[in-house]
Amino acid sequence: MMEARSLSRRFGGLLAVADVSLSLRPGELHAVIGPNGAGKSTLVNLLAGELAPTEGQIFLDGTDITGLSVAERARAGIGRTFQRTNLMLDMTVLENARLATVIPFRRLLRRADRETVPLAAARRALQRVGLPESALARTLSHGQLRLLEIAVALAGQPSVLLLDEPLAGSGAEDAAPIAALMKDLSREHAVLLIEHDMDVVFAVADTITVMVDGRVLERGTPTEIASSAAVRDAYLGHGGG
Amino acid sequence: MTHASTRGNALLALAALAIASMPFWASAYHMQLASTALIAAMFALSLQLLTGGVGLVSLAHAGFFGLGAYSVYLIGPASVALTLPAAAATAGIAAAAIGALALRTTGFFFLMSTLAFGQMLFFLFHDTPLGGSLDGVFIQRPDLFWAVPKAARPTVFLLLNLTVLSAMYAGLWRLMRTLFGRALLGIRANEHRMRAMGHDVQRLKLAAFTLAGALAGVAGHMAALTDAFVSPDLLGWHRSAEALLMVLLGGIGALHGPILGAFALTLLEELGPMITERQRLVEGAAILAAVLLLRNGLAGIRR
Repeated sequence: MMEARSLSRRFGGLLAVADVSLSLRPGELHAVIGPNGAGKSTLVNLLAGELAPTEGQIFLDGTDITGLSVAERARAGIGRTFQRTNLMLDMTVLENARLATVIPFRRLLRRADRETVPLAAARRALQRVGLPESALARTLSHGQLRLLEIAVALAGQPSVLLLDEPLAGSGAEDAAPIAALMKDLSREHAVLLIEHDMDVVFAVADTITVMVDGRVLERGTPTEIASSAAVRDAYLGHGGG
Repeated sequence: MTHASTRGNALLALAALAIASMPFWASAYHMQLASTALIAAMFALSLQLLTGGVGLVSLAHAGFFGLGAYSVYLIGPASVALTLPAAAATAGIAAAAIGALALRTTGFFFLMSTLAFGQMLFFLFHDTPLGGSLDGVFIQRPDLFWAVPKAARPTVFLLLNLTVLSAMYAGLWRLMRTLFGRALLGIRANEHRMRAMGHDVQRLKLAAFTLAGALAGVAGHMAALTDAFVSPDLLGWHRSAEALLMVLLGGIGALHGPILGAFALTLLEELGPMITERQRLVEGAAILAAVLLLRNGLAGIRR
């Protein structure tokens, strides 16, 4: 389980994230929504270790990981995807996914083609998202690249998945399979989802946190959030979609 | 980074055989010239581990080449069994120390910090008594297990340099197929994502920088052994730039590219003066044409 306690992040005079606490539990898909500039991506970057919080702490299974680097957090079991596709485009789909397995330094001189652990993990992840192994990542469609983003995060066998706008730039035809996949993933992983597509969020989320101006405005089940007058006023009024 | 195909490796093996047969048909001068190209190829190949392998452009590399060469001078008369590992270790340790600091920076700042560290090494031998003399010093060659008569030197050194280059190429070819090699290529392709996936990018880059430095030290050792002469000029930043040029000319994307680039540049330096006194102009024009016309360098011609 991942837990953020009173996280804040200040950029000069701007308080991008203000006193945000949330928990990510295995078997739960926790969506964070909010208009542009609400601090959602900053929150993901704080959880993933790309940014250090100005205040607050982050725990993974009871251990304080606030001081850990991005790589250390990934090795501890936090996998993430990026809002903008962030892959090795000149490598094959399989190579992208294989690199997700971090090998201890003492075993690095083994032949890559004889090492079965990264291969098995990569194949499992790719089968799950349904991507062709041998295709060059550069040749994939946008929707397939979004799936590869998820597969690469999955191949690292994380316990927590941070999905930063996995549907960014996708059309309606790509949205349905990715939404089904996310729901499926939340059965085994603790999933945090940042997403602008409200239809998808309300269809897949177990818990929704609404952020406005860096603060948590409301938290509850999709039904509770849909009926919240505060959310309608503050969030939908911003026209954030 | 791509590797030579089976056919490409067969062609490289044929070229190696042609060089190995030079004692039967070439003059001593041409064998010495081939040795110069082989040493340049070792140096450029060691740099390719950084450039093509991890995507790092370093201007400190000649410093490690020079350290390898000066190790022979500093150790004094000794067996090659001592001088060769000592040269590799000295250059490798220096690379580890410099890399630990320089790799804290990236991009342009990494380039500039390697330039600064490289020049520090240059001035260490240029401006202190450590280097013996400003103009360089003649050295006693390391002992090669058997007495080499003067007339046999071009042949022996040619075969020795060919063996060391072949071993270096084979070693790097294997290394790039290991999990370490794949991780380096991942860093070259997308360092940020590799970090996000949990790889200790800094440690991997430092390991590559250290190994590349040690291999440059081996190349420097072979230069000292072949020429029996070392000078501070060996550590100058322009030597690093020249090696980068060989990598660029041969192809950044191919492991065997620098070997082709080193031979092409050595040949160009030899042929240039035959055409005009302004040989640099010929070299410059040829390199410019190659870079503009051959996007993947010489190694990309038959890909």
